[in-house]
Order: sequence, then C-alpha cells, then structure tokens
Amino acid sequence: MNRVIARKLAANAYELRASQRQFCNDAAAKLSNSNLSHPNNECEVKQRFTDNVQSHDIAIVGGGMVGMALACSLATMPLTKHLNVAIIDSNPALRSNYCIKKEDPPDPRVSTVTPATISFFKDVGAWKYVEQHRHAYFDKMQVWDYTGSGYTRYNARDINKEALGCVVENKVLQSSLISSMHNTDFQKTIYPSRLTSMAILPSSSSTGVDKSSSAIVSYPRGQLAKLELSDGGSLCAKLVVGADGGKSQVRELAGFKITGWNYYQNAVICTVEHSVENHCAWQRFLPSGPIALLPISDKFSNIVWTMNPNELDCKMNEDDFVKALNHALDYGYGPHPKSGVLGSADIFSWFRGDVTMSANECFEVPPKVVKLASERMVFPLSLKHANDYVAKRTVLIGDAAHTVHPLAGQGVNMGFGDASALSRIIADGIAVGTDIGEISLLKKYEAERKSANVMMMAVLDGFQKAYSVDFGPLNVLRAAAFHGAHHISPLKRIIVSFASGQLRLPFFS
Amino acid sequence: MGFSYRKAKFVAYEINGPRVQSHRLLRNGKAENKIGGFAESEKAKTMASRLSVMKHVPPNRPWSMIHLLNPRPFSTEHHQPPPVTNTTPSSLKQQELAKFSAIADTWWDSEGPFKPLHALNPTRLAFIRSTLCRHFRKDPYSPKPFQGLKLIDVGCGGGILSEPLARMGATVTGVDAVEKNINIARVHADLDPVTSTIEYCCTTAEKLVEEQRKFDAVIALEVIEHVAEPAEFCKSLAALTVPDGATVISTINRSMRSYASAIIAAEYILHWLPKGTHQWSSFLTPEELVLILQRASIDVKEMAGFVYNPLTGRWSLSDDISVNFIAFGTKNSQ
Repeated sequence: MNRVIARKLAANAYELRASQRQFCNDAAAKLSNSNLSHPNNECEVKQRFTDNVQSHDIAIVGGGMVGMALACSLATMPLTKHLNVAIIDSNPALRSNYCIKKEDPPDPRVSTVTPATISFFKDVGAWKYVEQHRHAYFDKMQVWDYTGSGYTRYNARDINKEALGCVVENKVLQSSLISSMHNTDFQKTIYPSRLTSMAILPSSSSTGVDKSSSAIVSYPRGQLAKLELSDGGSLCAKLVVGADGGKSQVRELAGFKITGWNYYQNAVICTVEHSVENHCAWQRFLPSGPIALLPISDKFSNIVWTMNPNELDCKMNEDDFVKALNHALDYGYGPHPKSGVLGSADIFSWFRGDVTMSANECFEVPPKVVKLASERMVFPLSLKHANDYVAKRTVLIGDAAHTVHPLAGQGVNMGFGDASALSRIIADGIAVGTDIGEISLLKKYEAERKSANVMMMAVLDGFQKAYSVDFGPLNVLRAAAFHGAHHISPLKRIIVSFASGQLRLPFFS
Repeated sequence: MGFSYRKAKFVAYEINGPRVQSHRLLRNGKAENKIGGFAESEKAKTMASRLSVMKHVPPNRPWSMIHLLNPRPFSTEHHQPPPVTNTTPSSLKQQELAKFSAIADTWWDSEGPFKPLHALNPTRLAFIRSTLCRHFRKDPYSPKPFQGLKLIDVGCGGGILSEPLARMGATVTGVDAVEKNINIARVHADLDPVTSTIEYCCTTAEKLVEEQRKFDAVIALEVIEHVAEPAEFCKSLAALTVPDGATVISTINRSMRSYASAIIAAEYILHWLPKGTHQWSSFLTPEELVLILQRASIDVKEMAGFVYNPLTGRWSLSDDISVNFIAFGTKNSQ
C-alpha cells in the first residue's frame, strides 16, 4: 500500500517540476514551432512540450555517418529493433530521403571504406543504396615517396579479394544509412536541434529530499540521462551516445578527458578531373606529408594533400594549383623510384616461393590532373583520443572518441567499427536483460574498441612522423620498408588485411 | 548477438548414474535419466548420510554472496512467521526509503562489494535464457523471450537477477528472507517502469509452498550452499514448480579446486568476499545435487560450469563444473 502512495507522491512531485519548466520553455516553443512548419511525412515529428519529458532508450547525439550507422545497425538487429531511439541533429537531411543529383560533380568530402565497412553496410541494408550512387572500387594501390628510393604496390588479389576498398562521398554514405533506417519500422524520433546541456539524473538518494514539496523523496522514472536542447526542448534516455564528431559536445559535457596533439599541418581536399580513367589509389609521401589521389568515378579523383600552412595555400589560382598538384604527383621533390634499385629482387629472393601478384608490378605514374572540379577545402590536422570511451550512461563513438590523420582513410572506418561493436554489445546486454546504460556493459565496448583504435592511431601517427622527416639514415630505412612491403608476401598480406579492417595486428590479436 | 548464450547449447550433460558426464547432447532435453535405478545403492546411502551431516549450519554467517546480511535464509527450523509478507510494513516511512536507497546503491554498485556477482550475472542469465527458451519453446531472438512466464527468484537479495529477468519479459516474484534486501530490491526496481512490476516478498520458499503458489520456473542461484537442509529446500523448490516446469540452481562444487578458488582465493587473497562467507563442507557436488533434485522429482537436464578469466575479468560458460556450476532441471509431469 505504502509503495503505491510513495509512487503517487513521487509522480506528483515530478509533474510539479515539469510544469515549472514549461514556463521558461514557452518562448522557445514558439520559436522552434516555426522551424517545424514543414513537417515531414517520413518520420514522426515529435510531440514536444507535453507535461512529461520524452523518454527514450537511447539518444544518439549527432546524425552524421557514424551516428546513423549506429541507428541503422540497431534498427536491423532482432534484439535491438524494438528500442526507442532519439537522434539529435539539426541537419534537415535526416528527416527525409533527400536525393543526390547524379550529374553534380563529386563532393570533395569522401571516405575510403574498407571491405570490413562494406560488409557492415551490407549487414545493415545500406550498401544497396550506396550502389545506386557514385562509388568507385579500387583494386590497386601504389605507395611511394619523394626520395625515389622505393615503392610498394598492393593488389586486392594479394588477399584474394575483389577490391581493396571503395571510395564513396560522405553524403552518399550518410544518405544511404538514412534511407536504410527509414525503410525499417524502427521507433525513432528526430530532434532537429542541438544539445546544450546534459545531466545524469542522480540515483534516488541524491535526487533527494525536495525541501519545498514537504520532504518527499522523488524517484524519477529510472536513472536516466537528461538532455536539454538548444530549442528549449528536453528528453531523457537510458543511454546517451556521443556521435557528434571531433568537437563533441557530449564529450565536453560529460567531462571526458582527451589526449592528442596538432600536427600543425592542413589537409587540402578537392575533386579533380583526369583525361583518362583511374582505378587505382595513389599515395606519395612528400617532405610535408602524404598526398593521396583516390578514384571517385571514371574520370574524377579526390585529392587529400597534407601540407604545411605556409607552403601552398588556397588563394593560389586554379591553374597554378593543378600545376603544383601534377608536380607533386610526378617529378616534384624527387625522382621516380626504379624497380630493383637496391637489387631488391635478389635480397628478397628467399621469399620467392610465395610471391604475391603485385610483387612483379612496376612503378607507374599516376594519371595527370587536367582540371579542378570542386572547391578546395582546408582542414587543420590533429590527433585526438578520448582517455575513456564510456562513463555512466554515456558512450562516445567515432570522431568524438578519436580523431586521426586522414592518411590511409581509416578515420571513418574506425567509427563504423565503433558503431558496429556498440550495437552488438547492446544486443548482448539486452539478451541477458541488462540495463543498457549500465557501465559494466559499456566497458565491454570500450575494451573491444580502444585497443583496436589505439593500435590503428599509433600506426598512422608513426607513418606520419616517419615520413615527415628528411634525414639520410631514415630515408634508407624507409626505402627498405618499401622494398620489404613490396616483396615480402606475408608482410604484404598482413598490411593489406590490416588496412582493410579485417585484421588486428598480430601482436595485438 | 554473438553472446555466449548460444554456447550453452553445447554445454550439456547427460545424467548417467550419479556421475555427471560432459558431452554434447540433450539439445531438446531428450536424454533419459537413469539415476532412478541407482537410488538404493550403497553409494546413495552414504551420500544420504552425508547430506544429513550437512544439517549443521555455521552459527553465524553475517555475509553471503547473495544474502547480504542474511545468516540463514531458508532454514526449515526457522518457524517464527516471517516479519513481513507481500507489502511494505505500514510503518515504513519515506525517510526510511531514502535510507534504503542509499544502501541499494552499494548492492547495485557494479564496482562495489557485489562486484563478483555483477560480473557473473550476464553469464548465468545467458544459461537461463538458453535453457528456458528451449524448454518453453520461446524465440531466442526476441528481446523479451520470457513473456508469459511466471518466474520466482528464490533468494533474490537486492534483485540483481530479478530485474534482468523482468526485462526479458517474465512476470517475476523475488523472495528473500531478509527484509532489508527486499526493501533495497523494491527501491531499485521502482527506478524503471519495467522492473517496477516485480513482486518482492520477504518470505521463504517453505512459506510460499504453504500458500500453494506455483511458478513456471523456479530459480535459486547461489542459495543452496547457505541452506540448512538442501534436500528439504529442493523439495520446496519442486513444490513451487508447476508440472513440466523448470528449476534452475547454481552453487559451488565441493572440490579441491573450489576450496582453493572460492574460499582461499576469493575470500583470503582477492578479498572479493568477506572471510567466512562460504563453508566448504556445506557445498554440494553436482552428483549430490542431481540426486537430491531427483528425489524431489526434478530431472536435471543440463549442467554447465562457470569459469573466470582473470585477464578479461569476465566469466564464461564451460564444461568445467569443478568450481561454480549451474543446473537446469524439469519437474516430472505426474
């Protein structure tokens, strides 16, 4: 009997507080209602400003590629598809199947998705939408450096695969995930807003005795995270997922500490056009860092050029930039490497028994760039890693947990790996009736992803450092590494598998 | 979904005499139970006498794994009426609730004194999920496979097991002889609308038998080693189970390894448990458990061991029943 009374009292106290808050929300309500003037038929426009704060199982903050990948993955797994998920993002694209015009030139923001990511996309039913848009598989890759001392060519056939990866525009990846999610009967609510504050409703004891309401201990329905939005709305969730990128608001509000450094370099990205077709990924290490040329469709490629801020800049006119680009990809800074410059074929001949297809391939010069096909965008480069990925009812995924050098295009693949692992661990938790916000469950995600991500970051950072120094002995070492990677088949297979997200480095697995 | 509950399928045991052998069968619980023919044998008699020796209960065990603050949870000699039944006593104040909620935080603190139990919980739930889904023909891919099942968690403590069972869709009754535990469990369950439906009672299994309560499945985990008369206790569990219902019991084996790990390591070296938590001599071997359950008309169909991996800090199901083990049985239909 007493229990019932206690609950009723608690509920009353709750309503009391809810109504207080409503007063201050009125102004904001009017404001944001105007934003909602064009409600979408595809998804439910949430009922805000009711007496009770909306309660969800999971709140995903950030509906970018990684956030949507998590939503999609949850929507397709049998044990998680019943979950009630909120997605907080002000991007209007989330609420509809906005279409991408095929005749537009490729967007410079692209990702190289690995075979592991492709199979994840297939699992969540999003790859078929990617295939309807522009995407470019590449089965060959050539890596070399400006000293002309060596090169490595990788071929998908080295690991018996069709492709080493696929280059897809970020907007295509995102819209494919959105389409896939809208195709399920997943219970989602999209909040077109931004997160402003976040609090873990303290466990009952400290929610405490509300002095004003005659010493009633109020137990809000569950230990929940409460989120306040920029439009004045608020919601509760058992688990908050920070998928809001490198400048994560969730990470900041929840007080996660980060480790990292700036490279004091910028990445310049753009789309370029060739006169011939390109089906190979090219990467050359220049004194300032790598320049990568990735195929995006028949005659278009994407450029990611790491440079020192003072070196070249975007104010340079287009013709000069194209000239500089061709220079950097060809004879600039140093000669072409020659096959067998160190007599490498002999040195590595004892591996001959097990030759990879690509070991006999010769150095090629990447196709000439004829013109620029997009704006040039500049991003400062940095490395950031959150010391923890999980806290009470909070978890970080994707760039919110780790920001890496764009070298080798691993950043977003690590994020998709996070989304896949987190949804699987949530499903495991649901299978045994665990509260999905419980830290012991979330720790499993952290344990699994942290070691994988740290490993990848260390490799990428090591590459960046190793290639940014022009120093005699180091150059010899680099040359040896190129030759080793090119001629030693088992090593080559390990490198290719690792880069395609299908292998952890042997000493870590 | 790659969780270990699928593993439990492969950890099955056939009961053949009092010896419990590991092998990969019994998927549909089809294995026959041959223990009956053995009951009158010499060995069974010595076992029975051994069981009666176990009547002696250590004078005071202030702590136990499940029964915090509970010296003798299900003693049959315990005849005075339990202090409370079904409802919170009317004298209970809101301030009291606040106080209990403070203690509830330690029961439910996964890094606190009950850490080993929290770590073990998903593993034993995986076993329960897998065995009950097969027995009651429930969809293992459903998020709430136990919908429509009435389960009782005997010795529920703070509700660490009851709450996940409720989230899996079961109608759960949690009983514990310690009133404090029940209050803690209630406060915590009220935090979530799904778990607030759990019926917690401060009572004993025997008392519920008198009330003629019946359940589809009776679950008593880490309890039987604290009970004065395991045989009587098993009879009570059987009496609470509907015909063709299920009974799940987990406990610690009485082996050299269990002495080393459950008592010396857990209590004296790792300090996971307070010293004196467990009395090695009152542990049951799998053979003994099978036998006393058999006498209570429950056929043990599956058994699995729990093994701890000190590197990952996680438990998993295995064939190794030499320390912690869990048994699933069904009640004869007659």
